[in-house]
Amino acid sequence: MVTLNDVYIIGAGETKFGELWDKSLRELAVEAGLKAVEDAGVYTKDIDILYGSNTLGAGISYQNDIGSLISDFSGIAADHIPALRVEASTASGAAAIREAYLSIRSGEYNVAMIGGVEKLTDIYGSEILDKTSTLLDSEWEAFFGATPAAVAALTARKYMKDFNVSKEVLARISVNDHENASKNPDAQFRNRISVETALNSLPVAEPLNIMDCSPIGDGAAALLLASEEFVKKNKIDGVRIIASSIAQDFLALHSRESIYRLDSTVIAARKALEKAGIRNDQIGMVELHNSYSIYGLIALEDLGFAEKGKAKDLVEADIKLDGRIPVNPSGGLKAKGNPFGATGVGQAVEAYLQFKNRAGERQIKGLEYAMLHNMGGSGSTSIVHILGGA
Amino acid sequence: MGELSRIWRESDHRYRLVAHECGNCKRIFFPPRDVCPICHRDSIGKMREVELSGKGTISSFTVVHDSPRAFKRQRPYVLALIDLDEGPTITAQIVDTPLDQIEIGKRVHSVFRRIHEDGPGGIIQYGYKFAVDLS
Ligand SMILES: [Zn+2]
Repeated sequence: MVTLNDVYIIGAGETKFGELWDKSLRELAVEAGLKAVEDAGVYTKDIDILYGSNTLGAGISYQNDIGSLISDFSGIAADHIPALRVEASTASGAAAIREAYLSIRSGEYNVAMIGGVEKLTDIYGSEILDKTSTLLDSEWEAFFGATPAAVAALTARKYMKDFNVSKEVLARISVNDHENASKNPDAQFRNRISVETALNSLPVAEPLNIMDCSPIGDGAAALLLASEEFVKKNKIDGVRIIASSIAQDFLALHSRESIYRLDSTVIAARKALEKAGIRNDQIGMVELHNSYSIYGLIALEDLGFAEKGKAKDLVEADIKLDGRIPVNPSGGLKAKGNPFGATGVGQAVEAYLQFKNRAGERQIKGLEYAMLHNMGGSGSTSIVHILGGA
Repeated sequence: MGELSRIWRESDHRYRLVAHECGNCKRIFFPPRDVCPICHRDSIGKMREVELSGKGTISSFTVVHDSPRAFKRQRPYVLALIDLDEGPTITAQIVDTPLDQIEIGKRVHSVFRRIHEDGPGGIIQYGYKFAVDLS
């Protein structure tokens, strides 16, 4: 019988998320990385491997080989520490966490560093949609004029009709994000918004308005993971990753079994809960992938917090910071921000801060388990992590 | 040339709505696939080309205001999911139809149209769009 190692998060750091005109891709990655290294109290010699996560660097910053880039400018290239980039569309961040987790869990390494980074503001206007639409099926969705927002809108229209859900319900997912982000200094938007503001914002792809859509922004987030052996030897009080799961679905929405059930999410969540050996109602916070408000709503169902069509019952009270299942205490993709490669890593940074009682005004008390949900595109990849436990 | 060969490769499927039928389970797939996702290896070498009728039903739609550059001049445009009568669901635009006639459940038929232009003076791409059957 092979023994698998327990894996802990021992340090976290992130840049502010937002339109960071004065910072380059590499500067962002290094800033977050150094914060995480300092937070963990480790040294370069302790790091066995580095996983960089990034989604559109080649298309926007004309930069590939982001693993080497981060290693180089973090000043560890001369130490010849292996460095790879992990890409899984907008789930790249969680994919990097999972690869780092597996590398330690298997016994190969003791300490892995994760650096998620995205620089989206180096291009302007509708050119950004040329790039983000490459995350769809380019031949059979984007070719015909589909954009990520349009695909989310197709899901939203049908869902709203079949389950009699109003736009106000969708808006409440974004309102909750803004409320929580007002308490997060790293968030892109720290302003509170009302349901009316959300409903009256400009249409992007009907029925979705601009306030249903996560913003374009830059940012980086970094983590250090370590084995139980390393944690014990160095007397570090880490946060344990008790489950990591991933599942896939068809790339294009039109090929899936349902257009408003995220099967990759359903399967990843179920497997994660099984591995963690806990029930869904033991989860004390969830960071979910609301790149569009509709995905936040249906993810609540597909992660198991509500029956299909019933997430509308949770949006008024349950999802709030002091509710039954706090959703996106960080401010989520809508208001903390969605710099793709950094998004999933940033979700783990938030959970880490919450467990360490370092989340300031948005601190959740008595947190036992946290669930993280990072999704690629319209649901082609879903990755679920569960953190916590003794 | 790379761009041209990419367009040429898919043109038959886009011009005539040519799908693939699995010789094992008889399910029809559009866009065409070389392997049936139900039958897996039992379908290898058994995927046959079939032409679709172009008739179907709107299962969802959106009015797109924010578009990539190649679609800028068409804004706002209607993008839909169409459940084709032969089984597959596809993503396509709806044209030649007043907005108030576009609803989930409406019957549509395919029309051959210019899809977009790759920049000023760029390659013009053609393919299917759909129109609501007006009685
Ligand atoms: Zn078959």
